[in-house]
Amino acid sequence: MAAPALQLHDVRKSFGRTAIINGVNLAIEAGERHAIIGPNGAGKSTLFNLISGRFGVSSGRIELHGGIISGLEPEVINRKGLARSFQITNIFPRMSVYENVRCAVLWSQGYRYSFWHRVDALESVRERTEGIVELIGMTKRRERMAGVLTYAEQRALEIGVTIAGGANVVLLDEPTAGMSRSETDEAVDLIRKVTEGRTLVMVEHDMGVVFDLADRISVLVYGEIIATGTPEEIRANEAVKEAYLGTEEH
Amino acid sequence: MTRVLSTRRIAFWIAVALVFAGLPLIFKQSFALSMLSQMGIAVIFALSYNMLLGQTGLLSFGHAVYFGLGAFFCAHALNFIGAGTFWFPVTLVPLIGGVAGLLFGLLLGFVTTRRAGTPFAMISLGIAEMVAASALMFTTFFGGEGGISTNRQVGKGVLGLTYGPQIQVYYLIAGWCLVTMIAMFALTRTPLGRMANAVRDNPERAKFVGYNPTRVRWFMMALASFFAGIGGGLAAINYEIVTAETLGLVASGNVVLMAFIGGIGHFWGPIIGAVLVTLLQSALSNYTQAWLLYFGLFFLVIIMFSPGGIANLIALHKPVWNAGLTKRLLPSYAMSAAAGAVMLAGFFALIEMIYHYEAKETSSKAFSYFGLELDPTSAGYWVGAAVVMAIGLVLVFGAKKFVSRAWEDITPEMQRQGVI
Repeated sequence: MAAPALQLHDVRKSFGRTAIINGVNLAIEAGERHAIIGPNGAGKSTLFNLISGRFGVSSGRIELHGGIISGLEPEVINRKGLARSFQITNIFPRMSVYENVRCAVLWSQGYRYSFWHRVDALESVRERTEGIVELIGMTKRRERMAGVLTYAEQRALEIGVTIAGGANVVLLDEPTAGMSRSETDEAVDLIRKVTEGRTLVMVEHDMGVVFDLADRISVLVYGEIIATGTPEEIRANEAVKEAYLGTEEH
Repeated sequence: MTRVLSTRRIAFWIAVALVFAGLPLIFKQSFALSMLSQMGIAVIFALSYNMLLGQTGLLSFGHAVYFGLGAFFCAHALNFIGAGTFWFPVTLVPLIGGVAGLLFGLLLGFVTTRRAGTPFAMISLGIAEMVAASALMFTTFFGGEGGISTNRQVGKGVLGLTYGPQIQVYYLIAGWCLVTMIAMFALTRTPLGRMANAVRDNPERAKFVGYNPTRVRWFMMALASFFAGIGGGLAAINYEIVTAETLGLVASGNVVLMAFIGGIGHFWGPIIGAVLVTLLQSALSNYTQAWLLYFGLFFLVIIMFSPGGIANLIALHKPVWNAGLTKRLLPSYAMSAAAGAVMLAGFFALIEMIYHYEAKETSSKAFSYFGLELDPTSAGYWVGAAVVMAIGLVLVFGAKKFVSRAWEDITPEMQRQGVI
């Protein structure tokens, strides 16, 4: 059997003497859509920061398709096929929508730090960029500066930039946070569309979105995963109800 | 399918080349020619600086280091060529400066570009100070206080190019200026150039799309130093002397001013800045001792009222021009210009009187000011100048209202036309 797309072995993280992540074990299979839920302060974002290389782990090991990625720089992890979005929109504000996406495409097309290629003349880059811009429904606004887009548009662009490099493992950090109902529905459609054939791990607070999208769910409480399972299993899990869902279910 | 360069852009560069070629036909005097040469060098230097500041977001206070090192290497190269140690066409000597700049950019940039923001600015300042201090310590290479003198008329003149007459030097500089301008412009349209913008905007995000921001900064720094070195090489050929001042802090500060005055947000901004600053420094210093003060105030005014520099002011008017509404702004602009002239006349008179009052002349402190005899020892002139300035100030504030009203008038029209 092939190695899981993403695997965490007893991952721990402390800031000073405060332990945020207390030994997380998790295996996410290729092609799976996996949601991580949990109360505020449970360490969900920290977990993402550890996986994507923004923070180093204190101990433990993270593997991407069986290769160790813990301890690598974020850009190196990205090149290995793991991309992430951010909870707070994190794009290139003074560049156009098209340029934002193109920056995320360049490395994957092999152009790296080239200063001898004319970027406008790169067909593969142009095709891929236009494809992504269309996928996120921003073709008409492609020349708009990213900093002046509406919040929902910026969130869509954030997802576009995240998947543009063709990563096969995608981490989305609260992709629908701060959105209205209809915006959320659109975002869910977009996420479903763009993660087709990829492995998705997402942190999300909106339970509607979670149960709608996720194949499996992990519940993180105080830096530990207390349960992992299908949406039905999680709904039925007593410990989860007590720790987290109890307040949400009516 | 590879799209060829747009014909418009090619036409544009040809036009620039023609302007460069034609300038000496209009400005024939020798001082004009040497000023044009100086401008060409400044344009290369300022554009290379903006690769750091405008494009990569790196505020360097030590860019003259690479310009100066390029100049020193070229001065030595010319001397070696003159001594017959090796043969190299003088036309290509600036390339030696470029390579020297590139190597030192790679070496020193490896240290400085580890950080961005304020730490980078401080480290660049430290390196600049260090190199400037070394310049006075290692006298064999830097020539100590006297610098390194050289002679550009060395080697066999290729195609009759001896670089004796200034006109030949001008065309050498103009040629290099054109080539480096095109190269630096083209660089903004490459993957590295685009990622430099991305790193400037959001270095963290750049990491998560696969780029190492430190690497991007380092490469941009090395390339900026390459072009600065070419500029330095041309300076060595032009002045035939290179001193420690060439790579000193004043020179480094000067290029910051050029970039900001011209505008760092546009590729063309630093060109405007370089031309203007060179002009001010040469022309103004002929007329008044207080030119540095005026220059400093000019910089202050630009930063306060148009932080995007002159290029941004021009860019602001582009939609107005496109909508064909420029003439509706002109009356208010003419009014402001007149008001500004009154205010400045009073202000300059005051400053000049202070300078002449402080002056060591024994007989009379009176001086001619635009044909007017001003005597700083008499109170009446002070009051007069102050009144003129006060009136000008009131007029400027009045004219400002007309300008904003004119803009308010044309804005709906521009929106209707869809230019903004």
